[in-house]
Amino acid sequence: MVLDRKATLSLRALALGYLIILLLIPLLLIFFRTFEDGVAAFWAQVTTPASIAAIQLSLTIVAIAVPLNVIFGIVTALALARGRFPGRGIVQAIVDLPFAVSPVIVGVSLILLWGTGGWLGGLAGLGIQVIFSLPGMVLATIFVTLPFVVREVEPVLHEIGDEQEQAAATLGASRMQTFWRITLPAIRWGLVYGVVLTVARALGEFGALIVVSGAVSGESQTLTLLVHSRYIDDHNVFGAYAASTVLMAFAIVTLLLMTTLNRRRELE
Amino acid sequence: MSLVTHLPGAGVRKRGRRPTAVGGVGPLGLGVAMLWLSLIVLLPLAAVTTRAFDNGLIGFWDAINAPAARSALILTTVISVIVALINVVAGTLIAWVLVRDEFPGKRFFNALIDLPFALPTIVASIVLLTLYGPRSPINLELNATRPALIIALLFVTLPFVVRSVQPVLIEVDREAEQAAASLGASNRTIFRRIVLPALGPALLGGAGLAFARAIGEFGSIVLIGGGIPYETEVASQYILKQIEVDRPVNAAAVSVALLAISFIVLLILRTAAARSRRHETGS
Amino acid sequence: MRTRAHIVVSLMAAVTALVIAGCGGASDSVDGDDNTASGSGDGGRLSLVAYAVPKVGFDKVVPLFQKTPEGQGVTISQSYGASGDQSRKVENGLETDIVNFSLEPDITRLVKAGLVDEDWKDDKFNGIVSSSVVTLVVRKGNPKNIRDWDDVVKPGVKIINPNPFSSGSAKWNILAPYALKSDGGKNVDDGIDFVTKLIGNLEGQPKSGREATELFLQGAGDVLLSYENEALFAQRNGEPIEYVTPPTTFLIENPLAIVNKSKNPEKVQAFKDFLYSAEGQRAWGEAGFRPVDPEVAAEFDEFPPPEKLYTIADFGGWDKVNAELFDPDNGTIAKIYDQATS
Repeated sequence: MVLDRKATLSLRALALGYLIILLLIPLLLIFFRTFEDGVAAFWAQVTTPASIAAIQLSLTIVAIAVPLNVIFGIVTALALARGRFPGRGIVQAIVDLPFAVSPVIVGVSLILLWGTGGWLGGLAGLGIQVIFSLPGMVLATIFVTLPFVVREVEPVLHEIGDEQEQAAATLGASRMQTFWRITLPAIRWGLVYGVVLTVARALGEFGALIVVSGAVSGESQTLTLLVHSRYIDDHNVFGAYAASTVLMAFAIVTLLLMTTLNRRRELE
Repeated sequence: MSLVTHLPGAGVRKRGRRPTAVGGVGPLGLGVAMLWLSLIVLLPLAAVTTRAFDNGLIGFWDAINAPAARSALILTTVISVIVALINVVAGTLIAWVLVRDEFPGKRFFNALIDLPFALPTIVASIVLLTLYGPRSPINLELNATRPALIIALLFVTLPFVVRSVQPVLIEVDREAEQAAASLGASNRTIFRRIVLPALGPALLGGAGLAFARAIGEFGSIVLIGGGIPYETEVASQYILKQIEVDRPVNAAAVSVALLAISFIVLLILRTAAARSRRHETGS
Repeated sequence: MRTRAHIVVSLMAAVTALVIAGCGGASDSVDGDDNTASGSGDGGRLSLVAYAVPKVGFDKVVPLFQKTPEGQGVTISQSYGASGDQSRKVENGLETDIVNFSLEPDITRLVKAGLVDEDWKDDKFNGIVSSSVVTLVVRKGNPKNIRDWDDVVKPGVKIINPNPFSSGSAKWNILAPYALKSDGGKNVDDGIDFVTKLIGNLEGQPKSGREATELFLQGAGDVLLSYENEALFAQRNGEPIEYVTPPTTFLIENPLAIVNKSKNPEKVQAFKDFLYSAEGQRAWGEAGFRPVDPEVAAEFDEFPPPEKLYTIADFGGWDKVNAELFDPDNGTIAKIYDQATS
């Protein structure tokens, strides 16, 4: 298809116009609103005890959810890529399931499973509080981020094949040695990419958390919940903008990492 | 970008080469993986499904057929279809410009596409509220209206179609296009007869993902949507409300209905994509 | 090859270490968006779970408490939300030391769950920490000319009232016109007729009084049924609204109770005592709530007494009212509400 200059230009204008109106202008506007009263005002909102506690809680959840997703994600990806077993297609579908489930439903299903009267609700009697407590928030985060590592690592495993692994095994390497020396280095960029996506999604999760969190500021309020609570409970719109800007900064770092990693992978 | 291509229905997955346990994880590893998936994903979903039928089939039907529930489910589905359709057009357009056009700042715009993936949904809500909410700088107060829902959903679903169409567009046979052009075919004909069929499966896949995302969306809507029953209350808001008013069975029932709609649509689109792919290779 | 694998591992380790290092301080820092002067935590920590609107009040009271000898160094973490929803969360295991809800039944639920002692009401203000009255919030200039309850149900007037199944505010707001039209509960049918009309004019039903205000400020509806303190709060924020307290309205009484599983019973008692003290009551008054201490209340002149003020006691208390009107399965108003909105 060869388009004349006029057609090219108008298509370009349409596409970029759509992006600019839908994405760029609102983003720039919130940056402007955040900093129109100077950096000091922004900083004051970001460093309140509640805000610092929220940032720490968000990071804590990431610190628990990401390693678990990495370990179990690699195991699942290996099982899917290297194993041939009945029901493999079903397992594939289960891994993709979290993409198709509304975050609110994730939260509700966790309450119905772990909350009072749920199948595993008895744990509360043993002093293990899951819902409205940190474990529930971690479970929700793991649920929504579960597919990322698997979906990034599995195709790489297919691509590299298992010749090297087999060779290592013939030479007498143990399974662990093979994994650490052969497999892990080969999947590293896919893994890192999966981790980046997991971290971004974990930091940004909101719908599932609002259902299972007690939202006590300083205790069980993540950064996203803080944004919501400042906007609704405090009527502190500026504070909500400020906290959003912090989250946006995380998002932009994620974007940069994604772009760099992609270029890197294409080079290899 | 690889995020999209590995989402369900978006790409063709390669199969493992041969059955072997070497380098794999063996039966123990498989067991661990299954246990993990069950505990995290399957058990909660099983719990919600069981709970939905606590009052029997009739109770389930009553719960999803209550006027406000029905209205929320219909509204959510219709709006998600609209959003998916707009995405098909806008996404193809954007992908086209990013692949075939050259202009300064292209890299920047290409990276910008992924922003909605990286941006927390609640931030998307705040961001849109600044522009379309009270004290809107462009004097366009859309909050608590249906157009606001559509804008919010377009924002969060933007990447899906673009990212599934882009790689296909790069690989489209340009020689065939040139041949057709030299035979006097108009651009419109070339697009309809050569480009569009090639894009078919990717478009369907991307639209399905956008639909699935839109139908369950909560965070980006919660502040700008208003949640007015019969007007702007979407299914996820209705579900949360049922939990807040302590009617978990209703919440579970509507959840199951929403999941069912989402799966049925994904299944239809997946079948259509497979058929169009077969058709493409067969012709 | 080997070093590359190490990069990944050490990267993960670094992230983990970073976060774990960061967590150390989390338990010590607590909210106060506005009361950053809060102590370092060495005086102990308390957690408060409250309904949606009293944050303005606690933002004033908590720093004052922290200046007293008992409150020195005590940090108070707070959670706000729809009264019924918050109560349900505490019932289902959200750990806390003290609760403040919109209305009594939300505390009764915790009494039944064994989390609050039966005798929680036996104190000088009968367990009530703050009060307010039901008011009508309208747009600036009162374009629909809403002065009294009859104006609210005129055709074409869109009402915002929160959802009575999650919000306490919603119940108070419905009780006010019900009390007027049923003549204090004597003519139940007239009261119900009026409430039916009112529910027919409802536009939004957000989960809490706070979210209702937010929805109204965003432009939805012509009149918002709300707490007087909430109206004052919005007005002080410079929002383009005004409010009318109808001649006949209802006294809103917000209870407070200590959770008997509190790990810090002395401090929580000290906090409650402070909330009841003249200084604490004055702070509530400054935040727009009507103090329950009559002496302190007399110091304020922005709380004019309405011509006729019904109280929940006029109707036999919350147990009776809840069972008759708001019980989700059998309550008269609950049924109308369900029919109209679900």
